[in-house]
Amino acid sequence: MTEGRPRSFYVLAIFFAAYVLFLYGPMIAIYVLSFQGPQGGLTFPMNGVSTFWIAKLFQGTGIVDLGAAFRRSLLLGIIVMIVTVVLSVAAGMAFRRKFRAQSILFYSAIASLIVPSIITSLGISLEFRIIDDLIKAHWNENFETSMGLLTSGLGAHLTWTLPFGLLIMFAIFNRFDPRLEEAARDLGATPWQAFRHVVLPIILPSVIGIGLFGFTLSWDELARSSQAIGAVNTLPLDLQGLTTTVTNPDIYALGTVISAVSFTVITLALGTIHMLNKRQAAKGSDAGKGLV
Amino acid sequence: MDTSEDILQQASPDLVRGSETARRSKAARLSPSFISWLQAGPMMLVFLAFFLIPLVFVVIVSFWDYNEYQLLPAFSGRGYTDTFEGCIAQLPDLCTIGRTYVKTLKLCVMVWAITLFIGFWVAYFLAFHVKSKTWQMGLSLLCTIPFWTSNVIRMIAWIPLLGRNGLVNSGLLKSGLINQPLEWLLFSEFSVVLALVHLFTFFMVVPIFNSMVRIDKSLIEAAYDAGATGFQTLVNVIIPLAKPGIVIGSIFVITIVMGDFITIGVMGGQQIASAGKIIETRVNALQFPAAAANAVILLVITFLIITMMSRIVDIKKEL
Repeated sequence: MTEGRPRSFYVLAIFFAAYVLFLYGPMIAIYVLSFQGPQGGLTFPMNGVSTFWIAKLFQGTGIVDLGAAFRRSLLLGIIVMIVTVVLSVAAGMAFRRKFRAQSILFYSAIASLIVPSIITSLGISLEFRIIDDLIKAHWNENFETSMGLLTSGLGAHLTWTLPFGLLIMFAIFNRFDPRLEEAARDLGATPWQAFRHVVLPIILPSVIGIGLFGFTLSWDELARSSQAIGAVNTLPLDLQGLTTTVTNPDIYALGTVISAVSFTVITLALGTIHMLNKRQAAKGSDAGKGLV
Repeated sequence: MDTSEDILQQASPDLVRGSETARRSKAARLSPSFISWLQAGPMMLVFLAFFLIPLVFVVIVSFWDYNEYQLLPAFSGRGYTDTFEGCIAQLPDLCTIGRTYVKTLKLCVMVWAITLFIGFWVAYFLAFHVKSKTWQMGLSLLCTIPFWTSNVIRMIAWIPLLGRNGLVNSGLLKSGLINQPLEWLLFSEFSVVLALVHLFTFFMVVPIFNSMVRIDKSLIEAAYDAGATGFQTLVNVIIPLAKPGIVIGSIFVITIVMGDFITIGVMGGQQIASAGKIIETRVNALQFPAAAANAVILLVITFLIITMMSRIVDIKKEL
């Protein structure tokens, strides 16, 4: 608008920086505190530096069986990620044409996103309880429960990750040039070939983004899991349980380990996206840039 | 068609062979609407099985009866009458459920106002002041990364700062501003609001930013050229055009806070009641019909809020 930076730029830049500090400051505080010395407490100042609390976590001398919870959360996260990617890409492709029930699916996804998690969670738990009762009454009296990590738990997580996947697909296809696909078809590609060799390579960076959402949202999911996960706990549920009882840096160490997984996945995903984008830019076609 | 394929055949034999198979399979090809069903069906099934049917069960079970340890599938309004117990008798005072909802709505309004303020200016900075696309991406990413990390961790992260012996208290004590630690910093309404703002401002930033980047910059320039001040441009051009984002962000934040029970539980030291926490408490007491009745009430109130807000903007058009 005007030459140089207006004064409002500096005011808002400081505001933005303060917001970022507000976002990250507390998190960094507990990462630092999880490296307390063995005598350390829940707050600053640090009482020496050690990996005592993190090591203690891995020795399994803690309050809960974290190793098992860790493996369960990881398994669930990976399955949720795969299912979210596949179903979102498929449904995203469907939305490029008009089809009946289109708006039903759209509004289901939006509703699933904004209906309070506790209601969805309660609903799933009631559904499975009723299924259990039916099985007990009609088929098998000794039946325990159909609720579990990979039944009700998986479903609960998907109601949270799929809407994000679908919305990301909308964003992708808003920018997608359908002529590329038409060109492929004109050259004789089957629908599958056009998808596999034209559409997928172009949307791949965003598809990895969907996977990133799928895994991280599941890895940290709490509200929907709370009633629907069945007898076992996921890592976030264990962590939440600890908030009321623990009085030493155990809980920070666990928080740091959980976050380390999140950050590894985030770095991997962003790195891959960056690499793919760079390769697309380098090897991309000159289509649409005019005839020479 | 034939001639062009002949040319293609010479240039790239593979492709035309592909086209022949494509043509041959045309007869057997599935109709487009069936393919759409195949593509969208699995996601629809997941929503049906784990969202829509469960919602129906919530409504059904809310009208069932119950005793200390189990559901009784017989029609009863007990879930609701238990919930509203004493509401008429205690008039004009509010009963428990009334007080809880007033409290939840109060939290909602506070968190909404603060996240809107922060979210608006963060989005404004990103959309209008950051000119380079790379920086815009990088800074948006910086705001998004915490969303991919655990909410509980981001809550407990406040403990070393706000606790009795936390950084804030010890700083204030040392500086002589206070003589004894402030108790209301942690496990209080203050810390609940702080944590909710900390966790969910993201949901405000994204849609508002999305609306703002779509604003044609020449409109703003035109406003300046016509002599509008910065403030006039903001009120008469930017805010109206960013309204869809503001409404969508508001819907997210309000529905999250209305249904929240984890943040309010952890940061309120399990002492503060909320609409979501009632449901959790009832479930823990195995009073499922009462929990379901409360869920229905919460759902209705949330739905009313969303309907009111979506009158202002057509959500589907904005995505």
